[in-house]
Amino acid sequence: MTTPAGTPPLDRKTLIDLGFIDARAKVLDIAAFLDRLDRAPGADAPTDFRVEAIRAALLIALDAGPTRAERILKSWSDPTTEPVSHADGKAARGAHPQHKA
Amino acid sequence: MAKPRVEPTHNTRRENFYATQIDSKHITHSLFQTHRIRKPLSDIHANHMYIDPHIHMVSRTTDDYARMAAAGCVAVTEPAFWAGFDRSSAAGFHDYFRQLTESEPRRAAAYGIAHHAWICINPKEAEDHGFAREVMSMIPDFLSRPNVLGVGEIGLNRNSKTELAVFEEHLEIAARHNSLVLIHTPHLEDKLKGTRLILDAIAAHGKINPARILVDHVEEHTVRMVLERGMWAGMTLYPDTKCTAARAVDIMEMHGTERIWINSAGDWGHSDPLAVPKAVVTMRARGHTAADIHKISFDNPRAFLSQSGNFSVNAPRPTIS
Repeated sequence: MTTPAGTPPLDRKTLIDLGFIDARAKVLDIAAFLDRLDRAPGADAPTDFRVEAIRAALLIALDAGPTRAERILKSWSDPTTEPVSHADGKAARGAHPQHKA
Repeated sequence: MAKPRVEPTHNTRRENFYATQIDSKHITHSLFQTHRIRKPLSDIHANHMYIDPHIHMVSRTTDDYARMAAAGCVAVTEPAFWAGFDRSSAAGFHDYFRQLTESEPRRAAAYGIAHHAWICINPKEAEDHGFAREVMSMIPDFLSRPNVLGVGEIGLNRNSKTELAVFEEHLEIAARHNSLVLIHTPHLEDKLKGTRLILDAIAAHGKINPARILVDHVEEHTVRMVLERGMWAGMTLYPDTKCTAARAVDIMEMHGTERIWINSAGDWGHSDPLAVPKAVVTMRARGHTAADIHKISFDNPRAFLSQSGNFSVNAPRPTIS
């Protein structure tokens, strides 16, 4: 029988054994990051689009659909299609202000 | 400590899986109960050869060369890139190209690593079109040097009109000299749009066989479009801004092992020159066969890079300079 494309060699239980602690730590880091922002001075300032991008991505991570990582990356991406007239600095910011959940 | 019970088995995947859990006592213990091994760890890990096809060794220490050689690295390729600051003159690039083609190969050879280079002006310094053209005029002279594989890493950074124009001019240089092309795709939120612009520009240019182009830094949202156009795709293993090893293995599982490679893109920033051998460990842990691991970490980069007659996995004899 041919293994369907995308099927990992390891079974679900083994992958959980292998990856759970790492995933657990990352979930805690995100929660602690959001807690930290809430505690910080300036919490009443307008919401930062990057933080909103993370909140929107968490909803994607929790849904039941496939390709969550791909959909999160797309949600953070610049939705425009034409080259910009000039480079706005050298560094990207991680999410586009017009990101879509 | 009691030795593991050794029983014959042909389940190589699970042997390897066990063997790579050396940093997690809990998981090792769990697997030890269910997966039996017949080889000692040293046999399983020994003598894995790999190629790191994208790494910026001018930013790394000689100790990194030593560690890479110890981990099995036999060849690297080093694209021209941004030094972390803008060079003030074209002469600065000329010196950099000499470093890539004269000094760095000697440094690598001391550790038995064959060093190769790609020449270009990177997109982060391409916003001044006149300056970029001055640098690009030097490229043909360097393309004939013995360790140079082609033009790279060209591409886009912030997806500007000037970056795109400079990218198209680089493509023309590569076409005129029948060179391989190594392409940088933009970072983070700019990657999806930039990759589409790059692929469209290549299609519009139309003079380079897609099989001679590698599009690097693909992630889950860009890998498919690259492979569908017949090009090669590179997955860069970065701690936080590109692919982690776990995600790179996911992509491999979903898209297969044809025309795809992994690299560290180790440079002066947050990166790891041992990212490729560490990803190999992750592949083993995830149950992938030795054949697939060898294909993605050695055979594939060798196949693409060997399209340039200048590529070899045999380092020249070290010389004292």
